[in-house]
Amino acid sequence: MKIAIASGKGGTGKTTLSTNLAVFMAQTEPVVLVDLDVEEPNSGLFVRGDAVHDEPKYKMIPVWQEDTCRLCGNCQEVCNFNAVMMLGPSIMVFPELCHGCYACSELCPTSSLPMEPKKMGDLRHIRTGNLDFIESRLLISEEQAVPLIKQTIAYVDDRFSADTLKIFDSPPGTSCPVIEVTKGVDLVVLVTEPTPFGLHDLKLAVETIRQLGKQFVVVLNRYGIGDDQVEKYCEAEGIQLLARIPNSRRIAEIYAAGGLLYRDVPEVGVVVEEIAEFIRSRREVGRS
Amino acid sequence: MKEIVVISGKGGTGKTSLTASFAVLGGEDLVVADCDVDAADMHLLLEPDFALSEEFYSGELAVIDQELCTGCGDCAAVCRYDAIPVVDGRYVVDEIGCEGCGYCARICPTEAITNIEQNVGHWYRSKLRTGATMIHARLKIGADNSGKLVAKVKNEAKIVAERDGKGLILVDGSPGVGCPVVSSLSGASLVVLVTEPTVSGLHDLRRVHELVKMFGIPSGCIINKSDLNRDVLADLRRFLDEEGIVLLAEIPYDEKFTEAITSGRTIVEHDADLAGLVRDCWRKITKLVEDD
Repeated sequence: MKIAIASGKGGTGKTTLSTNLAVFMAQTEPVVLVDLDVEEPNSGLFVRGDAVHDEPKYKMIPVWQEDTCRLCGNCQEVCNFNAVMMLGPSIMVFPELCHGCYACSELCPTSSLPMEPKKMGDLRHIRTGNLDFIESRLLISEEQAVPLIKQTIAYVDDRFSADTLKIFDSPPGTSCPVIEVTKGVDLVVLVTEPTPFGLHDLKLAVETIRQLGKQFVVVLNRYGIGDDQVEKYCEAEGIQLLARIPNSRRIAEIYAAGGLLYRDVPEVGVVVEEIAEFIRSRREVGRS
Repeated sequence: MKEIVVISGKGGTGKTSLTASFAVLGGEDLVVADCDVDAADMHLLLEPDFALSEEFYSGELAVIDQELCTGCGDCAAVCRYDAIPVVDGRYVVDEIGCEGCGYCARICPTEAITNIEQNVGHWYRSKLRTGATMIHARLKIGADNSGKLVAKVKNEAKIVAERDGKGLILVDGSPGVGCPVVSSLSGASLVVLVTEPTVSGLHDLRRVHELVKMFGIPSGCIINKSDLNRDVLADLRRFLDEEGIVLLAEIPYDEKFTEAITSGRTIVEHDADLAGLVRDCWRKITKLVEDD
């Protein structure tokens, strides 16, 4: 079973919920926590374990072979992303623009643009007890998160059974990286906060998840601050408001230091347990 | 013309609250650009009038004409995104998976596939309650090409600044280090990094600053919620010092930030003490840009 912890707005508590939930649930069953916010992966700051596996991740890009190229210009013609250009007597490839579609390479009449691997990031896999933690980080200057997210999910799919509980810490926003993470999951937990920013971005996230046809619930973080508009919205839309995590400076302080909350803050422990129960009940429904 | 780009790496550090405050302090002297196109929030505080709204087209999507399709499957075989599955015995394009590379259309033996331009969102030119012009946008749900929409927003802001003789563009950037951020940074005169003394805040600042350095843009940093953790604060200060990043302000943790947003106003209009801190910070920023 795959669960994505997502949000429209950044900084609402995705990583806090993902890490606390994963470590809590791993006390009684195997859990795989995957940080798919490859641009700014933070879950690893809260989880420790023994190294299982590290590997560089590559994307395939065309590399020009000057000696066989006839400069026909077909590659430039077929590239929809302006990633291959003929400039004077040479072919320039702009790897950061390349989407790896292979068109230029496979349609080249002289096979002068073979695809070669270029590193785009690193995957790290650690384990502690029942908990497997996997994260990938995009190299700085690499612009596209989606190929790395895809390969990271493929790594997880290869190594764990479909039944194993997997928690995906998602990137913020509503664009392609979030879609890549959420399109294959069984349940999306949207984390938001009770402010106009939180509400506005929640609405965008809900629209996105509905378009994907995914089941979702909302968790309201920093409850007690701001206003009641998120609650009213959820009620009006018939969205299940699964849990409320209270607002407190102490929680912010523990998070600041890289600590987990469910053990030290009983109010949070109760909420994490509630969410865990909900996930387990969902899984039972899925199995039957 | 000078361009100040506010980014944070990590979300939730107060970037938009602060940028909107700077927009209020700058009044009519600047043009505002909201480049956080996936989750734009500045309009919630600055009351734009959406005077001009235009569709934004970028990228393509493959469409299969089922009348012409013979079901040979060549398209699915070349698609690197697995975006042409067989549904009910027919090859169909998965609109979410399709990246619009056009490869399938090029090799289809019966020319059954065409590429259509995609509407990926809207951009707007608005008058704000501060009297300034803001260029903002809304990316369509799940759309690709946010980097291109960011470039469009910045470009339109430049046109307005030139037309109206404004010397300064204030840009609210997006989180992360990927394509929308890279797009926000191009052409910037000064980067303002907003962070917080949390392990995540420090981690994300390091990454985003590595990107800023590649562009060779001078940068300053605001440490928000500065009293949350003394040790991480010390690490942050040391990092700024080592990297030659100007410390612009340290703003203590204060729930008045949330109160201000909830009342639909910026911090500088909500609380006198915080207003003083933010005003000093804005003064430092404008001075840095002028001296540049």
